[in-house]
Amino acid sequence: MTYPISELEYLKLNGWQKFGYKMTGFFKNLPTAFKNFFTKTIPALAIRFWLMIKGWFMTIGAAAKHGDWKTRMSFVFMGSSQLGRKQIMRGLLYLFFEVVFFAYLIFFGWQYLGLLGTLGTKVSGEYYNPDKDIYEYVQGDNSLLILLYGLLTVFFIVAFVYVWYQNVKTGYAAQQIAEAKQKLPTAKDDVRSLADEQYHRTLLSMPLLGLSIFTIFPIIFMILVAFTNYDDAHLPPANLFTWIGFDNFSTVLGGGISGNAKFGSTFGRILLWTVVWAFFATFSNYILGMIVAIIINKKGIKLKKLWRTILIMTIAVPQFVSLLLMSQMLADHGAINNILKSWGWIDQSIPFLTNGNLAKVTIIVVNIWIGIPYTMLMCTGILMNIPEDLFESARMDGAGPVKAFFKITLPYMLHITAPYLITQFIGNLNNFNVIFLLTGGNPIDPDMATGAGETDLLITWLYKLIMQNQKYGVAAVISIFMFIITAVVSLIVYNRSSAVKNEEDFM
Amino acid sequence: MAAKKKLRSKKAAERGTNAAIYVVLVVISIIWLFPFFYLVLQSLRGEQGLATMYFWPKQWTFDNYIKLFTDTSIFNFPKWYGITLVISVVVTVVQTAIVLVTSYALSRLRFKMRKPLMNLMLVLGMFPGFMSMTAIYFLLKLVGLTQTFGLVGLVLVYVGSSCMGYYICKGFFDTIPKSLDEAARIDGASRHTVFIKVVLPLSKPIIIYTVLTSFLAPWGEYMFASLMAFGDQDYYNVAVGLKEMLNRETASEYFTRFCAASVIVSVPITVLFFWLQRYYVEGVTGGSVKG
Repeated sequence: MTYPISELEYLKLNGWQKFGYKMTGFFKNLPTAFKNFFTKTIPALAIRFWLMIKGWFMTIGAAAKHGDWKTRMSFVFMGSSQLGRKQIMRGLLYLFFEVVFFAYLIFFGWQYLGLLGTLGTKVSGEYYNPDKDIYEYVQGDNSLLILLYGLLTVFFIVAFVYVWYQNVKTGYAAQQIAEAKQKLPTAKDDVRSLADEQYHRTLLSMPLLGLSIFTIFPIIFMILVAFTNYDDAHLPPANLFTWIGFDNFSTVLGGGISGNAKFGSTFGRILLWTVVWAFFATFSNYILGMIVAIIINKKGIKLKKLWRTILIMTIAVPQFVSLLLMSQMLADHGAINNILKSWGWIDQSIPFLTNGNLAKVTIIVVNIWIGIPYTMLMCTGILMNIPEDLFESARMDGAGPVKAFFKITLPYMLHITAPYLITQFIGNLNNFNVIFLLTGGNPIDPDMATGAGETDLLITWLYKLIMQNQKYGVAAVISIFMFIITAVVSLIVYNRSSAVKNEEDFM
Repeated sequence: MAAKKKLRSKKAAERGTNAAIYVVLVVISIIWLFPFFYLVLQSLRGEQGLATMYFWPKQWTFDNYIKLFTDTSIFNFPKWYGITLVISVVVTVVQTAIVLVTSYALSRLRFKMRKPLMNLMLVLGMFPGFMSMTAIYFLLKLVGLTQTFGLVGLVLVYVGSSCMGYYICKGFFDTIPKSLDEAARIDGASRHTVFIKVVLPLSKPIIIYTVLTSFLAPWGEYMFASLMAFGDQDYYNVAVGLKEMLNRETASEYFTRFCAASVIVSVPITVLFFWLQRYYVEGVTGGSVKG
């Protein structure tokens, strides 16, 4: 298919071709999209950021030039402009923040900030004390605490700069309002405004605080750890770790050796299996779930509700229960092998979970068992929306049910549920539970580094690297790579879902 | 005559397909229900051991259930259950509040940082959550919120980033007509009043959906729970505890008890789920097609 084609030609295509056309378009546009990201998006963001900073300095400059003594004093004593103009509550809040910040910085944050460059130099241990002529145990630096508290202090400083700017800006604004002989908002007005014009601040302050502490801060911390040699050989508090630049990245991508296996090849193999797994897990569930939904929906089938309820059992029962149970049933001496043996079908246990390749198949099959009900639930409603006359005319043209499925149902569903499909794909890339509870990543392959197993996904390998091997630096690099993979796939989500939003062209 | 015959043969063919479909459905049902049936059978088995060579237990007993609650010296199941229940309830309350509030702000209020904020959350969602857990773990450890106070820490971890799950709820709020808000605003209601008095009463389905999903999630959560307990049995949730029961050393002795525990964990949740199933389905299907 040539690309691009005219709108008229596009409308002539059938559902499959439209889907294919869009996918081709996506992959053809990918390089341009990447290029645009670097040549357009980033510069645009940089310019906006620059304008913002410039705006800040202009406001501060204006406040310094035209401000009265109250406004100017707020440069040093935050809140004085407001306090001087009887906005007591605002003024006190600013002042309180300033006091807390400096108390934190002087009594706590400062020492860590200074050590952030080296992450500590003094190793804990026994040192000779010449004054007393004895050896003493001296507590050295703790690199982890330095990194953690140092980063925390940087966060606080950024927050302080922002609040300080707000203090100057609103202080100067208060002065201007007072000079124009208008009424300044009182504390009561402020509270009322927080329930109305400023309501988003009230609503979002707590969620965003949680987001900063539990997501943004850890992510930045993790990115920093990727550039250190924080691992089992450099474990605080006994040892120090320090900055090592991009060494961890070259370990993961290239020739880093751990034991008798290479990191690079292990990473490659696990990445490959992760993608293969995500692909099969997503599409097998999708197609089979849809087929199940279709046959339950078929006219003339009775007890529809009963069939659905039976399937939904796997959603209702907590997943870890069914997964742990499955792992026991499929074990070498588990129920399934035993039953097959007692029927005389097999003599030796089938290694469902202990043979690498078979385990991979087993995992995908078990995942089908878990996943079909979700797809069925989702499809049932949408399937009923497919216009009946489409099938009617297909039947007139002599198409059987199989042909109707591939020509009408599947393209229609792909068109409508593409975003769901891709979020599923991303979810499967990071599907910890199924792998960890079913096989634990085993069987272990001696050719792979750090005890990685044949069924390990990147996420379960990450778990092992952290919990068992304590290779934090390398693990951080891997999660950065996982971020990149997810981000690329998410680009597709955006592309596709905007296509779904903008076009009602399937009919 | 010929037409009638054709019609009859068509009907017969139809009946044939339906019969085939029934066979398939019955087979599927057996496959889907077999593990749960097996679970219940094993929980009533009197003989110890991982698996038997026969299907039906030779000795039927309720001992496995009773011992779960009386013999708590090695595996303290009642405590795990209590811990998980407490975590679930607290998480449900806080998480529902956070999700509703975030969704309302992003759906209804217009402010400068709205779009950037949504983009930020999208990007943050692409990082593997687990990696940031090490940082959170050390952060909470420094404040003393692991192990002994691990419950608090775990709740904070579950709740901390819950505003990122606003998509489905926001999608629901988007469908509530804006004219309702405007009418209330003309009558002098503040945005806060609109939220409490107009939007929330119309949001029963999505509130139930949020409550249900946030209540169910902690029951099956393994990764963070095991990290926060860090090997200390007393602070396990049921998922970590039951996995521990199936350790290599204890598996054969405790397998039947594991089955009993699984039944006890599953039954209330399953009942709850089927009771509120309608809302769950609405949430899932509503969220999946909007994109």
